[in-house]
Amino acid sequence: MKRIIPMWIAIIGGFAMMLSSFIPLAESAGEMFADVFNVVAAIAFVLGAGSLAKQHLEKLSRRDAGWGYSIITLGSFLITLFIGMLKIGIHPNPSFPQAAYSGSNDAEGSAWSWIYEYMITPLTSTMFALLAFFVASAAFRAFRAKNTEAILLLGTAFIVLLGRTFAGVVLTGWFPDWASGLRLENLSIYVMQVFNTAGNRAIMIGIALGVAATGLRILFGIDRSWLGGGDA
Amino acid sequence: MRITHKILCRIFTNHSWKCVATFLCMAMCCASASALLSSCISNAPLVDTAIATPTTTTAPPWFNSEKTALFLWIVFIGAAVTVSVWLAKSGRPIRIRRIAALEAVDNAVGRATEMGRSILFVPGIQDMDNIQTVAGLTMLGRVAKTAAEYDATIEVPTCRSLVMEAARDTVRASYLSAGRADGFSADRITYITDDQFGYVAHVVGSMVREKPATCFYMGCFFAESLIFAETGNAIGAIQIAGTAESSQLPFFVAACDYTLIGEEFFAASAYLSGEPAQLGTLRGQDVGKFAVVVLIALGVLASTILVMAPNTAAAVWFLDVLQKVLGG
Repeated sequence: MKRIIPMWIAIIGGFAMMLSSFIPLAESAGEMFADVFNVVAAIAFVLGAGSLAKQHLEKLSRRDAGWGYSIITLGSFLITLFIGMLKIGIHPNPSFPQAAYSGSNDAEGSAWSWIYEYMITPLTSTMFALLAFFVASAAFRAFRAKNTEAILLLGTAFIVLLGRTFAGVVLTGWFPDWASGLRLENLSIYVMQVFNTAGNRAIMIGIALGVAATGLRILFGIDRSWLGGGDA
Repeated sequence: MRITHKILCRIFTNHSWKCVATFLCMAMCCASASALLSSCISNAPLVDTAIATPTTTTAPPWFNSEKTALFLWIVFIGAAVTVSVWLAKSGRPIRIRRIAALEAVDNAVGRATEMGRSILFVPGIQDMDNIQTVAGLTMLGRVAKTAAEYDATIEVPTCRSLVMEAARDTVRASYLSAGRADGFSADRITYITDDQFGYVAHVVGSMVREKPATCFYMGCFFAESLIFAETGNAIGAIQIAGTAESSQLPFFVAACDYTLIGEEFFAASAYLSGEPAQLGTLRGQDVGKFAVVVLIALGVLASTILVMAPNTAAAVWFLDVLQKVLGG
């Protein structure tokens, strides 16, 4: 029963969403299921917050390595929650001046928006910036000419990289007009528009069919592994 | 439709056949209804003009005629999948090509067991309304079952609360089916944060500290894909990734040991289960792929003919039909 009910919810919800895409009269049913999902996700957020708190409180009580960071995590969590819920530094909405909490958390000058702008955004940017170094190290490893495929990859990358910089124009700009197709900037466009687009479309068609087949497997109840097993 | 269903059910006395008959009837009915409705909508007024008064309001159409082609494609693929499932169930052997990434799952879990280290499973950063997350959780079920059998530890940090709950249920059921219910610990499946890079910071930090022997990345990924894969590479973990985000596939291919590319990722669950019904869906998928390949080949041929002989009426007509078939 614990698996049959979720499976039927998935089947009914899935078919309702699919039909709402084709039958305008069923659009409201699709929207209702989307709303139900949002409500369930909001309720699950309480469970998530509980899991986070439990995880760090246990770490603190056991004095595990790095328990100091758990204090920072829990402290930041509680402070942000407190500021967000009490809407500190937020003026009431001009349309409802009598309601003290009618202002938006995103309002300029609010404590919550200050946290977002001066703490979360720089931290996020820092993590994102690490990507540049990871791209360099991955490229260094991927572009080693160890076999035929790797040599092809290296050659193609060489053409595209040079063709997209001024160096490509400097190196091959002198080619006569009848050989302009061999200029690096034109070769780069050719590689991206023909080989890359063809390969990408092949993958996209496969993905689309894979999504359709997976959807049908779940809608027909053939695949129940997402419920944890094959037996209902 | 009822009469057609009865006739088909008489012919096909087997229960599976009845399912196929029901589905085909449903599909035929929907297809004919959609074609009829779309033609009605496009050609005839919704209200009889003879009795219509100026105050009459038009009701919304029954069927969105702009999506007729898409609907018919879904019916076609659905029918192909259903028939393939029935054929597989009736005992017809299905040959599936070897997928190296899935063959390596057992070895990867075994490696973690031998090394006495944990397995890290990252189910992407999207919620349960994303099909890639669902596909990732089906893989988690298989990996968790193998981990339970090998007595290995599996850690699942999640980016969404709902995914955490679903992952807990999936792993719990896997441990139960492996006969190791006592080995399940809900505390190993945790919610971190909804924030993309906050989640990345936690996962990368835990990878560097705990050095898992095996890392699985199965789901929807964006910029964090390369950060995960490169960190996993730096700590010497064996890495298996799978995603349908085509922009992230090159990163996984470059940095991971095995990558499930696009459709392979969705086929993983069926491949690992080995169940005829599930494998049948893969054949149905291939029928759809074959139809697409044929249409592409014909389209290329017609376009080439048009370039060589610009006024060929047959080629112009065919390309026009093709555009309609593809919903363009």
